[in-house]
Amino acid sequence: MKFVISVLSASTAPSTRRALCFAQAVLAAGHEIVRVFFYQDGVLTASDSIVVAQDQQNIAKQWQAFIAENQLDAVVCIAAALRRGILDQAEAQRYQRDAVNLASGYQLSGLGQLHDALQQADRFISFGGE
Amino acid sequence: MAKSVLLISRQAPWAGIGAAEALDIALAAGAFGLPLSMLFMDDGVFQLLDQQNPQQLAQKDLSANLQALPIFGIEQLYVSEHCLSERGLDNNALAVAVDRLDNQQVQQLIRQYDYVMTL
Repeated sequence: MKFVISVLSASTAPSTRRALCFAQAVLAAGHEIVRVFFYQDGVLTASDSIVVAQDQQNIAKQWQAFIAENQLDAVVCIAAALRRGILDQAEAQRYQRDAVNLASGYQLSGLGQLHDALQQADRFISFGGE
Repeated sequence: MAKSVLLISRQAPWAGIGAAEALDIALAAGAFGLPLSMLFMDDGVFQLLDQQNPQQLAQKDLSANLQALPIFGIEQLYVSEHCLSERGLDNNALAVAVDRLDNQQVQQLIRQYDYVMTL
């Protein structure tokens, strides 16, 4: 089965941890993840600037590690990211900002990437949101 | 055949960026010529109301963008009658041409699509 997973809430939300647990279970069961799409406040999970206390979970870091280990296609909506202050090198240059904080392993791209993934998949599951 | 999406929009228009970001998903589907319908439920029904004054919040009128959906190929727009009724909006004029569905029709609608997305 081919899955598309979308993450709609920040990394501090319980749903973003649940999304990670679900994604791990998908792969463990031998299924495929076509793409993970980060939208709305979910784009904040792709920030490289998140610092948490030592005795707390860093779900953003765990997502990043999971994406790297499994070489997943992780796309962050560019419009949603820009308006929440998540920038890669190219966007920081374009808008003349000092901070480049998109974590490695993620790509900024458009909503077309969500629709494109859906066309290739069998199942779509979304976590978080209002 | 392209897989179809039912996008359920549940956010009030001025409760944050949520409603506008839901709409962007619909517009993107339209741009790629993919089949997507929208269903307005819960506080999302407020998006459809006529004569909003977003200028008072220094915002743009979202209903103008909703009216433009058919131009982008998103022609099937639905609203839950129950959700309108819960908010006392049964007889309010709507700025957008939508089909009103009762609860049973909402259930039937949801079953017709490959994917259901709720924002």
